[in-house]
Amino acid sequence: MSRSTSVIPGFGLTLGYTLVYLSLLVLIPLGALFLKTTELSWAQFIAIVSAPRVLAALKLSFGTAFVAAVLNGIIGTLLAWVLVRYRFPGRKIIEAMIDLPFALPTAVAGIALTALYAPNGPIGQFATDLGFKIAYSPLGITLALTFVTLPFVVRTIQPVLADIPREVEEAAACLGARPLQVVRHVLLPALLPAWLTGFALAFARGVGEYGSVIFIAGNMPMKTEILPLLIMVKLDQYDYAGATAIGVLMLVVSFVLLLLINLLQRRIAHS
Amino acid sequence: MSIRRFALAALASALIGSHALAADTLLNVSYDPTRELYLEFNDAFNKHWQAQGHEPIKVQQSHGGSGKQARAVIDGLRADVVTLALAGDIDELHRLGKLIPEDWQTRLPDASTPYTSTIVFLVRKGNPKGIKDWDDLVKPGVEVITPNPKTSGGARWNFLAAWAYAQQKFGDEQQAQAFVEKLYKNVPVLDTGARGSTVTFVNNGIGDVLLAWENEAFLALKEQGGDDFEIIAPSLSILAEPPVAVVDKNVERKGTRALAEAYLNYLYSEEGQRIAAKNFYRPRNASVAAEFRDQFPALKLVTIDGDFGGWKTAQPKFFNDGGIFDQIYQTQ
Repeated sequence: MSRSTSVIPGFGLTLGYTLVYLSLLVLIPLGALFLKTTELSWAQFIAIVSAPRVLAALKLSFGTAFVAAVLNGIIGTLLAWVLVRYRFPGRKIIEAMIDLPFALPTAVAGIALTALYAPNGPIGQFATDLGFKIAYSPLGITLALTFVTLPFVVRTIQPVLADIPREVEEAAACLGARPLQVVRHVLLPALLPAWLTGFALAFARGVGEYGSVIFIAGNMPMKTEILPLLIMVKLDQYDYAGATAIGVLMLVVSFVLLLLINLLQRRIAHS
Repeated sequence: MSIRRFALAALASALIGSHALAADTLLNVSYDPTRELYLEFNDAFNKHWQAQGHEPIKVQQSHGGSGKQARAVIDGLRADVVTLALAGDIDELHRLGKLIPEDWQTRLPDASTPYTSTIVFLVRKGNPKGIKDWDDLVKPGVEVITPNPKTSGGARWNFLAAWAYAQQKFGDEQQAQAFVEKLYKNVPVLDTGARGSTVTFVNNGIGDVLLAWENEAFLALKEQGGDDFEIIAPSLSILAEPPVAVVDKNVERKGTRALAEAYLNYLYSEEGQRIAAKNFYRPRNASVAAEFRDQFPALKLVTIDGDFGGWKTAQPKFFNDGGIFDQIYQTQ
């Protein structure tokens, strides 16, 4: 089987290690999550996850995470493009700055963004003049999520883009392709699987994000409450089973969406 | 080789060191705004403890949201004593954790609450919106900052203070609910904790009035030098009672019961009371209270046990899922 195809031995050892490691870190905690919800009857579970506040939060959490992932899909691709294809002064600094959202405690990011974009903040006041709010609205949540998930798209696209030789573009141009045609027929098909991976990672991370959002969201019931906050609310009532029910809901919805993205990716890769 | 020897030595000393410390350290798990209070109190207690012929001790402090801290202790944080924002949170140590007996609140004087506080208004200097009492908070155009009672112990005191005022004014629950609903319509941001709300009001400049623990309001004044804010005492408020308790199961296991009990008892001593008062908590001791009379305005105060039937009744009625707080947001 596949084990004979590798020249390096150790399949059994590495697989065993992988399974133990995955079990300890992922499978057992997630299993415990599902187990805890079994304290609830089906009717109770349905009642919890279909409460209007939970549904409103579900829509908000997944909606803002989706918009943030799309935004990063566009901005992140541009950033990756500039960083891979051009050499300019300060490039190394920008390169390093892209990873900052990973390193920064998200709460710090949230507090800084809130101070900037609050209705009285240095940037937020311009929005106030124009008659809309950034902080304490879904817009603010999207902003925080865009900040936190920025590195995902850039970092997944960069190596793939670096692997496409410039000559390919030049060849296409020599054969008479206009710039947009080069992008559409040469670059995009090669980039799309990586782009989807980056998009999916950003999206999944955004759905579960708590620290940066909690300061900028305003947390108004039915309007700007995110799902992770509702989990905290349940925990503060010592309602462990109710909290895990929402956790399971998030997990299932995320899993279905990631599965769909994966299938889409496979179809693109095959076609 | 030398690195390995160094590492072994470090490891050994860490093990021995932690073992030696285990007998005379005390972990005090508390809520957010008591950090300054206990820093001062721990030093004073240490001196008192040594004066009685004991070895010096090391007190570790842990601070965070009251509910989160209670959950950490239930989940296994080895706290010797808890000093939390609500009796309701300590009740859970009995109900969920079986760490303390049900009657824990009768073990120390004054329902195990050595110091109290109340809810006051913090407004911007000069009080531009002319806020004097609860009625001014429901006026259109007044922005009120208060944390979310679902996630903040302090916010529950805020909510109940407003409720008590309306209940007294209208003498009717329905009208009280309408009043509180109107008040929360004026709230633009619900932070998850009291410190978050203070930051929103003080640092981000949002809102006209902050509903705050009296000690938090004084602390904000102290840090800002009193230049930007003033404290307004409403005509009626609530006696906020943050209780303390020894965590029996943990002190038995660690053999620290005598130390933990002495620690909490010392909160009731004159010196303990004075430290509380200096950190803007209202002392229980009458003579210390008299000393600090000028600092704390006399207020008409309702109590959680006298007017709301205790936390066991108030928590489910007002703040659990489907309770009155949820109802006022469902109708909006």
